[in-house]
Amino acid sequence: MIDSSLKDIAAALRDRKVSAVELATESLARIDAGNARINAFVTVDHDGALTAARAADARLAAGNGGPLTGIPLAHKDVFCTEGVLTTCGSKMLSNFVSPYDAHVVSLLKAAGTVMVGKANMDEFAMGSSNENSHFGPTRNPWNTDKVPGGSSGGSAAAVAARMVPIATGTDTGGSIRQPAALCGITGIKPTYGRVSRYGMIAYASSLDQGGAFGCSAEDCAVLLSAMAGHDPRDSTSLEQGPEDFARECTQVGAQPLAGLRIGLPKEFFAEGMSDDVRAAVEAAIAEYRKLGATTVEVSLPNARLAIPAYYVIAPAEASSNLSRFDGVRYGHRAAEYGDLNDMYCKSRAQGFGGEVKRRILVGTYVLSHGYYDAYYIKAQKLRRLIANDFATAFEQCDVIAGPVSPTVAFGIGEKSDDPVQMYLSDIYTIAVNLAGLPALSHPAGFGAGNLPVGLQLIGNYFGEARLLGTAHQFQLATDWHRQAPAGF
Amino acid sequence: MSRTDWEVVIGLEVHTQLNTQSKIFSGASIAFGAEPNAQACAVDIALPGVLPVLNKGAVERAIRFGLAVGATIAPKSIFARKNYFYPDLPKGYQISQYELPVVVGGQIPLLVPDGKGGAYEKVVNLTRAHLEEDAGKSLHEDFHGMTGIDLNRAGTPLLEIVSEPEMRSSAEAVAYAKALHALVRWIDICDGNMQEGSFRCDANVSVRPRGQAEFGTRREIKNLNSFRFLQQAIDFEVQWQIDLIEDGGKVQQATVLFDPDSGETRAMRSKEDAHDYRYFPDPDLLPLVIGADWIERVKGELPELPAALSARFQGEYGLSAYDATTLTASRETAQFYLDTVAAAGAANAKTCANWVMGDLAARLNKAELDITASPVSATQLAGLVARIADNTISNAIAKKVFEALWNKEGESADAIIDAHGLKQVTDTGAIEAIIDEVLAANQKSVEEFRAGKEKAFNALVGQCMKASKGKANPAQVNELLKKKLG
Repeated sequence: MIDSSLKDIAAALRDRKVSAVELATESLARIDAGNARINAFVTVDHDGALTAARAADARLAAGNGGPLTGIPLAHKDVFCTEGVLTTCGSKMLSNFVSPYDAHVVSLLKAAGTVMVGKANMDEFAMGSSNENSHFGPTRNPWNTDKVPGGSSGGSAAAVAARMVPIATGTDTGGSIRQPAALCGITGIKPTYGRVSRYGMIAYASSLDQGGAFGCSAEDCAVLLSAMAGHDPRDSTSLEQGPEDFARECTQVGAQPLAGLRIGLPKEFFAEGMSDDVRAAVEAAIAEYRKLGATTVEVSLPNARLAIPAYYVIAPAEASSNLSRFDGVRYGHRAAEYGDLNDMYCKSRAQGFGGEVKRRILVGTYVLSHGYYDAYYIKAQKLRRLIANDFATAFEQCDVIAGPVSPTVAFGIGEKSDDPVQMYLSDIYTIAVNLAGLPALSHPAGFGAGNLPVGLQLIGNYFGEARLLGTAHQFQLATDWHRQAPAGF
Repeated sequence: MSRTDWEVVIGLEVHTQLNTQSKIFSGASIAFGAEPNAQACAVDIALPGVLPVLNKGAVERAIRFGLAVGATIAPKSIFARKNYFYPDLPKGYQISQYELPVVVGGQIPLLVPDGKGGAYEKVVNLTRAHLEEDAGKSLHEDFHGMTGIDLNRAGTPLLEIVSEPEMRSSAEAVAYAKALHALVRWIDICDGNMQEGSFRCDANVSVRPRGQAEFGTRREIKNLNSFRFLQQAIDFEVQWQIDLIEDGGKVQQATVLFDPDSGETRAMRSKEDAHDYRYFPDPDLLPLVIGADWIERVKGELPELPAALSARFQGEYGLSAYDATTLTASRETAQFYLDTVAAAGAANAKTCANWVMGDLAARLNKAELDITASPVSATQLAGLVARIADNTISNAIAKKVFEALWNKEGESADAIIDAHGLKQVTDTGAIEAIIDEVLAANQKSVEEFRAGKEKAFNALVGQCMKASKGKANPAQVNELLKKKLG
């Protein structure tokens, strides 16, 4: 049942053909059977899941169910969950139990979802391979020698392995879209400010944005509709009220995308993309033309500056955001230390992994007196230029299409000694975060080693429903998104 | 070189705690005196994932202050993070305003005692005032070998008011601090409680040879929480710097603490180990945008300000600058005075002023009472002033009536005058009779007066007043006595 679409699962629940407890049990059984191979979960909450499932069943029996009532899901371990360990993939928080729920978590609880566990992730969402987790790397269900992408790799792998039909994630530089692509599922990062960041442990506040994973655009739309909306506890939350992002996920004839203008940034197609990815991306674009869309070349001349700008702004914010992990009030504290300074140094040296330390050092450096203007201010100016490029491009098109990742999933350990190579794997996704735009990744075929390739669709601000509707039309005409890895 | 060759340069940074209900970025209460950490919510203790939300009440108070000092209210200001590690700073950064503060410029007019019983006027320009959050407290005393952390104060809203380095003596610094203290209470943005830390001063002090254009190197004295300490700390620091320079030394920029027990300042950290705070705009908060309509609304709600009221007291009531400033030192005093004048009539404004600043202030001071708790009401005082004005009683009798009012011996001045028969004798015949008696009994004084001894006349007046039990109108006694001796 978990392999079905959310719509079908919800109908079965409503018609009492399956119970929420049965669904939760099925999900937990799949996790118990497969998690040892892919390490998608840091925490599996059997008791909590069954309790929530029983409550969902009662609600369904009373006829008060919604589209997500009784649906099992995983939360990325970046979201605070009351009473359940929230580690953020770090030794620093390996003992942290939050006394409160993140806004997203409480919304999805209220919707009646059943959380089965907390998904593995790169430590503090810093990484593109999930190898930076204190709890060991998550592995790609399509090939367990490969990475699932990151930083929301656990969420993507869990959905790809059909352990849960949907999962939450966060995307700061591609952390939803890249693992979705590498794991062969659909994932959307909405417009910055759509999803409240309250209770979502901050990496880079001006870029972090919560989003949704599912097997289809329509499933993502249902989940995102329940996650988004204004939250007065997040000052950067948009004032927009609730919205049905699935409203364009409809069936409309042979040329459903007639009139849609798809922009193809020439810079994305110039070089750097591997041949197998290029072939799949171009085939998907051809499919879009068959569905009635027209394509137009657009230019994002400053997109090449996105990675350097990102690796100034994100570490700068991170260096400050992670200062609260000082061993004083919660989290890891060194067992032995001399004075106060020694306690800070030892606790943080022991509690943080290498990539987190690297970004704290970079961030501290770029904010230092005498360097601030040259790095931080300059990066903010680049950010503005990049956003302007998108604005210009959207004068000529409705959505932008391109690759998500330059290659299919790479091998575990392949890039872990070369941070710059790792950073370059986000070359097509990062500009979107700097501009604050919505974007999704959907399956577009397979490349080398029979590993999934994703296609990225970037929308204008608030264009989530259009993006998801567009991808939905593609998924009505193709079945890439229905492919699942064997053995789970 | 002698002391007079040196000019003192002082600028003050004052942290005023804003009297909002809740903290600047969270909903926790800021009431003083709760059990440690009882008023620290998830945001205040910086749990993972929490976010700040700006308290509009704090912004409104900043606007009120800006308007009260004639400053520019920035249409857009920015909250920044000031990064440093300390156990009572839970986030590892303080949210403050750095490059773009909410209040820019402004002026504080003040009256500085000249040390000779007089006073001179001065205007101190403000650089800026900005909103920020307070840190928690580290409690070093109560835990053996350990430090306790109390985060009740963490996130308390502060308005840091920064003056230009325009004060030239500790007396000017104290006069400025007092004027500012009065103003923030007047416009009701701060309770002004210095013991509880609601109004704390940092003083930047330097000296330079008089006539030199550039400033000397300054040292910053931190956290002075009384006007007396402010004065003592500056005086000590100034002498220390002068001695150092005269001994051939050079002042190093530093942060110093004042020890009230020894009366000395002591370096805390020097410029070399100063923090690099790595300020940058807080990405969790949007720019603070203040529209003209908001400013207009706040302006409409502002009370008449002390400077305006002082000018009115001088213009309409003919009070001296000193009296007008004294009466506008607090909103409560000014209101008491206004109520008194309203009841006694504007013609008696000067007498009202004398009583409010004189006998009433002295009596309240002795009893350690605030003017709002005065046993003698404004109406009662006005009744007393009216009886002085219409010659019903003399000033001497008035003091007795005031004392009786204070002791609740009667409802009003009139009731006390009636009950004790204190009505002034103005009947010429009656006064003449008293004078005749006195002259008859004091022939010696009369002879001395006639021999040209002016003092003898005063003695005779005194005898007449005494004989009338103080009730005779002194002016009439004077006049009639002169005629008789004529």
